[in-house]
Amino acid sequence: MTFALVIEWLIKGFVLVLILLGGFAYLTLYERKALARIQVRIGPNRAGPWGILQPIADAIKLIFKEELTPARSDKLLFILAPVITLVPALVITAVVPWGPTLTVFGHKLTLYIADINVGVLYIMSVTSIAVYGIVLAGWSSNNKYAMMGGMRSSAQMISYEIALGLSFVSAIMLAGSMRMLDIVDAQKSLWFVLLQPVGTAIFLIATLAEVNRPPFDMPEAEQELTAGYHAEYSGMKFALLFMAEYDKMIAISMIGATLFFGGYREFWFLSNTVFSVDRTPWLGPVYLFVKLVILLFGMIWVRATFPRIRYDRLMAFGWKVLLPLSLAVVFITGVGIILAEQINPLWMWGIPAVSLLVGIFAIAMIDRELRRKDYARR
Amino acid sequence: MRVVEPVVELGRGLWTTLRSMFEKPVTIQYPEQKRPVRPRFRGRHVLKRYENGLEKCIGCALCAAACPADAIFVESAENTDQERYSPGERYASTYEINMLRCIYCGFCEDACPTEAIVLGDNYELSFTDRRQAIYPKEMLLEGMPVGILPTPQKTEPGVFTRSVPEMKDPMD
Repeated sequence: MTFALVIEWLIKGFVLVLILLGGFAYLTLYERKALARIQVRIGPNRAGPWGILQPIADAIKLIFKEELTPARSDKLLFILAPVITLVPALVITAVVPWGPTLTVFGHKLTLYIADINVGVLYIMSVTSIAVYGIVLAGWSSNNKYAMMGGMRSSAQMISYEIALGLSFVSAIMLAGSMRMLDIVDAQKSLWFVLLQPVGTAIFLIATLAEVNRPPFDMPEAEQELTAGYHAEYSGMKFALLFMAEYDKMIAISMIGATLFFGGYREFWFLSNTVFSVDRTPWLGPVYLFVKLVILLFGMIWVRATFPRIRYDRLMAFGWKVLLPLSLAVVFITGVGIILAEQINPLWMWGIPAVSLLVGIFAIAMIDRELRRKDYARR
Repeated sequence: MRVVEPVVELGRGLWTTLRSMFEKPVTIQYPEQKRPVRPRFRGRHVLKRYENGLEKCIGCALCAAACPADAIFVESAENTDQERYSPGERYASTYEINMLRCIYCGFCEDACPTEAIVLGDNYELSFTDRRQAIYPKEMLLEGMPVGILPTPQKTEPGVFTRSVPEMKDPMD
């Protein structure tokens, strides 16, 4: 390990953290603007042209806001909880590659912080740490609503983490590796969203629950819990919790783009052209960014459209629908891969076909169940 | 087995929100762009004047008596032909409305015998101090018509003897 390499890592890590922190600020603006347009409003447009200075104004306001610590709260944990929540959200992106190896002035520059051979496992373990922060924030506040928010979030995040992990498994099996770079390379010809559409759908639904986004924002339901676990937080501590939430959104969208939507690879219609990543490697981060923006828009769009799900329905959906469905998807993927290896590569297309059938069955079952309950109520 | 309908219903919801993204925003950029108020809007009070520039208010304090929130304070003084503020014997030397107490019910309008006080169309009533909430006569009084001498005017004796103008139709 040379000194130059250490410097390179430091710079890359610093740049990534800066991108995430700046990205958080502008994600809030993006969300507010997109929500406003969906609600036929304009959105923030006073600070700077088109409101582009709004995040800075918000930051200044939050910094100068009075910080309150509730009486008889656990002071140490109260201060530590936002930090525990934020750090995993930042650290998680270390394994996500943003592009292929670049050659800058004869020096090979790799566009990722760490190349861990169990990258997906690393992501799973780091996301689990974030639950601690939220539960501790709820518990140390000495407030029953915050406590309930924290409890709900721990139950919800642990439940959906299983479905999330199993949807990761299908991508791992299709790539045959847990290394993020291998997963991206395996999607050179075909994105995994086409091979495993149901797994991708499970991933997208479970991420919404995992980062506490509507319609699964139970831990911070404003109307029932008065903002849940961060009810007692103000000033920069609140900003840290908020930052963690939005950085988790960015991180999970990056992971989703990497696992199912080809990562930094070009869009399918651009392959074998000049815009391919193989020919112009610096386009990698651009493609990842475009996919990120699209996935984030999906999250905002869903927030603007669907109402919050009742808590028991949320847990029932996680345990009774998503978990069996993701297990079935993992099983189908495994069988499909074995058949493709042993008999004929065309069996690969059995994976999406059978998974879609199972997905359709699941939708039909949910519909039947909901209609049955509806009938019984009348 | 219903399979298509649930998905179509979810999709229809998403389509509705996506379509509304491309509608024209309904936002009115308030301080720059103002919407006219309704004809019967009750905003900040205005003390009216006659066409000759004299104040309609005669300082009778009927508005203060009618006010359910006790927001109006009137003190009256004598008019003379040398210094005439309003027709008749007396005028309001002090006229104050406490905007923190006013409930904009419009009873003062109804009580006024000369239709001097009218609830106008101004709704921008912000202040930073409790004392600023008390609007004195100078703020409430309507501006002078163009080309007329300001009050107090010097008038011929025996012209402005009636406080309340003669009504053509008392039922009106």
